[in-house]
Amino acid sequence: MESIIEGFKKAFSLIFGLDAELLGIIFLSLRVSGTALLIVSIIGLPLSALISLKKFPARGLFISIMNTLMGLPPVVVGLFVYMMLSRSGPIGFMGLLYTPSAMIIAQTILAFPIAVSLCHSAIISVNPIIKQASMTLGATSLQTSVTIIKEARYGIMSGMIAAFGRVMAEVGAILIVGGNIAGYTRVMTTTIALETDKGNFELAIALGIILLTISLAINLLLHFVQRKGALPVNR
Amino acid sequence: MSLRLNISGVRKSYNGKPVLNACSFSFDRNGVYVLTGSNGSGKSTLLRICALIESPDNGEVIYFSGNNIISKDILLRRRITLVLPGIGLFNTTVFNNAAYGLKIRGGKNKETERKVNNALKFVGLIHKKNHNALTLSSGEIQRLGIARAMAIEPEMLFLDEPTASIDNENTEIVENIILNMKKEGRSKTIIATHDMLQAGRLGDCMLLMDEGKIIKV
Repeated sequence: MESIIEGFKKAFSLIFGLDAELLGIIFLSLRVSGTALLIVSIIGLPLSALISLKKFPARGLFISIMNTLMGLPPVVVGLFVYMMLSRSGPIGFMGLLYTPSAMIIAQTILAFPIAVSLCHSAIISVNPIIKQASMTLGATSLQTSVTIIKEARYGIMSGMIAAFGRVMAEVGAILIVGGNIAGYTRVMTTTIALETDKGNFELAIALGIILLTISLAINLLLHFVQRKGALPVNR
Repeated sequence: MSLRLNISGVRKSYNGKPVLNACSFSFDRNGVYVLTGSNGSGKSTLLRICALIESPDNGEVIYFSGNNIISKDILLRRRITLVLPGIGLFNTTVFNNAAYGLKIRGGKNKETERKVNNALKFVGLIHKKNHNALTLSSGEIQRLGIARAMAIEPEMLFLDEPTASIDNENTEIVENIILNMKKEGRSKTIIATHDMLQAGRLGDCMLLMDEGKIIKV
C-alpha cells in the first residue's frame, strides 16, 4: 500500500514539476494520434460522405466491411503493418519500421473504420426532409450534399472524437511497429506497459493519470457535442 | 413573363399503389389555387411533382413562360418553390434558414440581408432572427417556412398543408400572411389543404382531388 501511495506522490511531483521526459512522451502521443486523425479526416470524411450520399455497386458490402473493421484487434493491425514495413515487406525499403511514422500508419488504420462508420451513420441519420427542403429552395445536388453533411456535423464530430479516443488509448499496434524506443517512439501507453513491467510505478501512474485526464476531456467534449446536436427537435 | 404550369396525364405509384391517376390541369391564371380533398387523394404527391422534387411515372409536367416551354433545369427550379408540411428546418439560426435560398444562389450579403429581414418582418419573426430555428414553436416554424420561400421571391409557390399541425391562433396568422401575399400579388400560389373552410377563405380557384385526379374546379 505504501509503495502505491509513494508512487502517486512521485507521479504528482512529475506532473506538476513538468518533467521533461514526461512532457516529451505526452507530446509524442498527441502528435502521433493527432496526425493519424488528420489523415483519417482528409481521406475518411469525403469517403463517408460518398458512401452515405451516392449509390454505387457493393456499397452495402463496403459499409459492412467498415463496420466489421471497427473492432479490429490492435495487435493484428500491428502485425500487418509490421509485415508491410519490415525489411522483407513490400514497403520495407522506406525504412519506416520503429519510427513515429509507422505508429501513425498503424493508428490511421485503426481509426479509419471507426471514423468512416460513425460519420456514415451520422450522415444517413439526417432527416430526409432536409434533402427535400434543400431541393425545394433551389439547391444543386452538390449544395444539397453539403447541406446534409452540415446537418450531420455534430454526429461527424462525435465520430472523430470517438476515433481519437480509441487510438490515444491503444497500445498493441504501436508497441509492435514503434518498438517503444526511449525519446523516439515511446508514447504514454507503451511507457505505462514498460514501466509497470519494470516495477517503476511513478512514471506509469503519472502517465496513467494524464491518459485518464485526456480521456475525460475527450468524453466531456463528446458529451458537449452530442448535447449541442440534440437541440429541441421541432423540424 | 409569368410562369404557367400544365400537367397532363400524370400518374404516380408507390409500391404498386397508384396515388396519381392520369391527373391533368392547367395552372395558368394568377392568384391562389386551393387543392382540397381527403387524406390520400394525392394532393401532396401532386405538389411534389409540380415542384419538380419528384418525377411522375407517366404524363407530362410542362412549365411555360408566355408560349415558350421552359426546360426543367436548375434555373426553372429556382423560380418555383414548395413549402413542405414538415418544413425541414436546418440546425442554424432563423436568419440563416430564411437566407438559405439566396445564399445558394450566390446572393450578395447586403441584398440577402435586406430580403431576409423583409421576409421575416412579413411573417412576424424578425425578433427571433438570431434564435436557433429548432427552438421555434410549430406555428413559428410554419411561418419561417413561408419566409424562407418568400425570401427567394418565387414566381410560383406551392404550400403543402401550411396549417395542418398548428393551433387556431397561428392558423389565422398564416392565413393572413397568405392573404397579404395575394394582395401584393407576389406569386402564383397553389395550396393543398383538407380544410374546406380555409380553402374558401384563401382561394381564387378551388380544385377538388379524389383518387389521384382533379375532379372538380
